[in-house]
Amino acid sequence: MKAVINIALKNGVLDPAGKATEHALSSLGFANVSNVRIGKQVVLDIDATDKEEAKKQLKTMCEELLANTVIEDFEIVL
Amino acid sequence: MKVAVVLFPGSNCEVDTKYAFDLLGCDTQIVWHKEDKIDADLIVLPGGFSYGDYLRTAAIAKFSPAMKAVVEHAKKGGYVLGICNGFQMLLELGLLPGAMRRNESMSFISKYQPLKVVANSNKFLSNLEVGEIVNIPVAHGEGNYFTDDKTLKEMYQNEQVLLKYCDEKGNDVNINGSIDSIAGICDKSKKIFGLMPHPERACEKILNSDDGLKMLKGLVW
Repeated sequence: MKAVINIALKNGVLDPAGKATEHALSSLGFANVSNVRIGKQVVLDIDATDKEEAKKQLKTMCEELLANTVIEDFEIVL
Repeated sequence: MKVAVVLFPGSNCEVDTKYAFDLLGCDTQIVWHKEDKIDADLIVLPGGFSYGDYLRTAAIAKFSPAMKAVVEHAKKGGYVLGICNGFQMLLELGLLPGAMRRNESMSFISKYQPLKVVANSNKFLSNLEVGEIVNIPVAHGEGNYFTDDKTLKEMYQNEQVLLKYCDEKGNDVNINGSIDSIAGICDKSKKIFGLMPHPERACEKILNSDDGLKMLKGLVW
């Protein structure tokens, strides 16, 4: 099955990429944009039949490698 | 004294680091990251871009066989020094507290930078005075150090905050967004050290400063 993992900096952790992009959008004339946050998305195929089991494995992958849980949150979409 | 500098695919400061420790009279070896046993008194994780810094800086280096040796060495009370990408590795590995974010300015910073010694109750900075200013190059895009307030407080209490970015007069200068302008820290045991600046690049007067050699000398016996 296909899994999508969204990783983003936690609320309150400054996102320099988001801030720079927000400034760029503003200078393009989009003054109505705020709170730009830039995360990353990991898309993968996982060979599993049980959705719950796959989710458990993906959670471990996130905690051990894909996200740095000190500063990042993750969301798994199956 | 035996020093091992671990070479990862993408490291680029291993030769400079070896050169610095050789200048200090150490028996220095560059060790490939596939080695899972390392016989050394001090293990150094050098600067660079291990595994291309894909995913996050140093996220993948954490799983290299050499890291098992580093953790074992640390558990036995051995000394470990992480410089720049090596510092990021020690954070990813959890041997040092906190995490690294992109520089607040979004720019890669590469320049000589004054640093202020915050604590010298550790071997690394034992040759320097508290408040002393050293001139050491920095070169990083992700040196924006972060930790929660509780950990930060504990680190100050334990004298684990070692170095801060400053101006020539010693006033804090925040070059990258780091919490409290922190440039270098150590663990509770004061045997594991991490810093973003590159002391190995300031080892001879011809390079503008030999303050780096003075720092590294503290770790040598």
